[in-house]
Amino acid sequence: MNFDDTPQEAEFRAAARAWIGANAPRQYEDELRKSSLGRTQLKNANILEVAKAWQKKKADAGWACLHWPKEYGGRGSSPIERVIWQQEEGPFGQLSRMFIIGHGMCGPTMMAFAREEHKRTYLPPLASGEKVWCQLFSEPAGGSDVAGLRTRAEKDGDDWVINGQKIWTSGAHYSDYGILLTRTDPTVPKHKGLTMFFLDMKSPGVEVRPIKQASGASDFNEVYFTNVRIPDHQRLGEVGDGWNVSLTTLMNERSAIGAAVSTGFPELFEYCSSLMLDDGPAIEDRAVRSKLANWAVKASGLRYTSMRAISALSRGERPGPENSIGKLVAGTMIQDVATYALDLQGASGVVSGEDGELAGRFQAMLLRAPGTRVEGGTDEIMRNIIAERVLGLPGDIRVDKDVPFNKIPTKGRG
Amino acid sequence: MNFDFSDDQKQLRDQARKFLTEKCSPRAVRVVLDGKAPYDKELWKGLAEMGFLGVAIPEEFGGAGAGHLELCVIAEEMGRANAPVPFSSTVYLAAEALLIAGSDAQKKKWLPAIASGEAIGTLALFEGKGNPSPKNVKLTAANGVLNGVKKPVADGAIADFAVVAARTGSSGRDGDISLFLVDLRAGGVEVKSLTNLDPTRGQAEITFRDCKAEPLGAAGEGWSILSQVLDRAAVLCAFEQVGGSDRALEMGRDYALDRIAFGRQIGSFQAVKHMLADMYVSATLARSNSYYGAWALSTNAAELPEAAAAARISATQAFQHCAKNNIQVHGGMGFTWEFDCHMYYRRANAMALGLGSLSYWEDQLIDRMRKKNAA
Repeated sequence: MNFDDTPQEAEFRAAARAWIGANAPRQYEDELRKSSLGRTQLKNANILEVAKAWQKKKADAGWACLHWPKEYGGRGSSPIERVIWQQEEGPFGQLSRMFIIGHGMCGPTMMAFAREEHKRTYLPPLASGEKVWCQLFSEPAGGSDVAGLRTRAEKDGDDWVINGQKIWTSGAHYSDYGILLTRTDPTVPKHKGLTMFFLDMKSPGVEVRPIKQASGASDFNEVYFTNVRIPDHQRLGEVGDGWNVSLTTLMNERSAIGAAVSTGFPELFEYCSSLMLDDGPAIEDRAVRSKLANWAVKASGLRYTSMRAISALSRGERPGPENSIGKLVAGTMIQDVATYALDLQGASGVVSGEDGELAGRFQAMLLRAPGTRVEGGTDEIMRNIIAERVLGLPGDIRVDKDVPFNKIPTKGRG
Repeated sequence: MNFDFSDDQKQLRDQARKFLTEKCSPRAVRVVLDGKAPYDKELWKGLAEMGFLGVAIPEEFGGAGAGHLELCVIAEEMGRANAPVPFSSTVYLAAEALLIAGSDAQKKKWLPAIASGEAIGTLALFEGKGNPSPKNVKLTAANGVLNGVKKPVADGAIADFAVVAARTGSSGRDGDISLFLVDLRAGGVEVKSLTNLDPTRGQAEITFRDCKAEPLGAAGEGWSILSQVLDRAAVLCAFEQVGGSDRALEMGRDYALDRIAFGRQIGSFQAVKHMLADMYVSATLARSNSYYGAWALSTNAAELPEAAAAARISATQAFQHCAKNNIQVHGGMGFTWEFDCHMYYRRANAMALGLGSLSYWEDQLIDRMRKKNAA
């Protein structure tokens, strides 16, 4: 048991560290380091522009999309090298957020299912951040039950004509392309009538409307499709095989090993270390200490769980299912941590934004937190995944499994 | 980096699991549970023969001279099997105290006897209610004799010797405490068995009356030695708790797959599935925290105090959580004496107290994190 790099890993780390040291946008380091859930922004710069510039710089020097093949704009690195890069990139990794979906999900799906000429055309600018991609899966009628989606694709000559609506599309408002899951046959059971495409988000008939979230911010969008035409050569996988194609995408979502999940604990510990309560320092209060200790072991447990997965990668193995707990634990925790931080502030905890304690850091966290327990798989879906894939328990009973899609009821009452 | 046990260590774990599956079935555990024997003597002998009792004891003192990582994997299996033997008292507490502070003669006398299974040892620290603290040590040592009462003492009724914490000063500082080594067979002690939550592991009250004792470690160093012993034991017990958590989770999972209600496997109901998923989450967090503790223990890292407290808290919570919800998954049958669920519930809750309670370790963890941040 040790935390030492192998000689090759050490060599890679040294090279990455040297390049980052010489090239990273240091002027934003402090702000990026202080960012927390619900508050990643730069005061005097547009974060999207800074992120794109950093990504392009990395790509030009061969440090973008490390795990991708070189011909598609990557570096052909091993999984462990990708993790080492993330460790070395540190706070500048915050700038990769807008590319996570494109690099982590759309790119791998294109690699697995797109025509070779499309891969060579579309993947390198995706890797370099010049083009941003989004993923158009969720719909008002299909969230956790994404196979219940209703956006139609109908064949018309060599094109498909798309009509319908997507929702919760991260970054659609600044995306150039998207991968789109549609229903091509409503007369067969729901999983069998789906087909995947990629499309230009600037196509006529695509309308992006930002969603104003409960937090007040707008990270997500609704996307409306009105007679949008997609050429058949932009189809990914066979007609009717869209569900299997989407599983490739979603499997890639889970493989983000080593990416630190935000728990809010370091922020809370730091806060409590200097906070004075009515009867003394918060950190010396018995109740505060007990709360902190309970969150501390969750945060460290997640950190070391991630290290166990990284070790498996380092040995050239596939990590086990342990990593699936990260989002489930961190989502609830950050919400509880934020709630407690406000509790410690007493009545003034109600004041948010620049007028609030620490410029409203924990207030912003509180308001953003409910989303973390829903996006990318709700807590309940994550528990199902653990129960079924890790513990081998039976799948949920699906009463609509063998019913033609157009015969499935669409209303709960009336 | 390799934040995992080596192939050899994993092999040792498999070997221990195989041995314990054969020699320590629930039926064997029940012999002690039902009060028909104070501990499983055959199993104890077998553990000695396998070299498990002395796995972390150096070869010059009759052990296998492996290390603490090897002891961790064995501890996990002891917890999984709910073994009714004085393993933690003897190996994590008494042997570790001797390794840290024993004179050459003391080590020569007791360590080979531990490794061979001839001597059972324990730590006599607590004196009634309260957590580990110098101010809770009232038993006095003067002129080489001890006077006072220790309770509860784990495995006290079957132990051959004890490491005893005694008051040798009254300055109100840690330096008031010194450790002593007592041969419990030599007289001056009165031992009374106590009923306790987990009958598979005995608890006793020991009264020392002008009992002869030899110092273990330097005078006034007792608390500092004890803190180290408790940290080491916290990591090793955490592995037992991790093993117990995994077993309780497996029992619940298996029952959820076998039991039919409302025409379905009960494991197909989300209320049950999600309960089991949450058990898996706590068991995984505990395992990962314990691995870090194992690393710190095996390398004697400066991070040990913090790592030990984190492992202790996480593993205590996980074992309690898994053991209680295992009963819940089993429903009424889980609440019968006949089913094994309660044995893990008892062990989980007894272990949660043995080295000091959860709230004590929470407090320790925060102190240690602050110290690290200040440094």
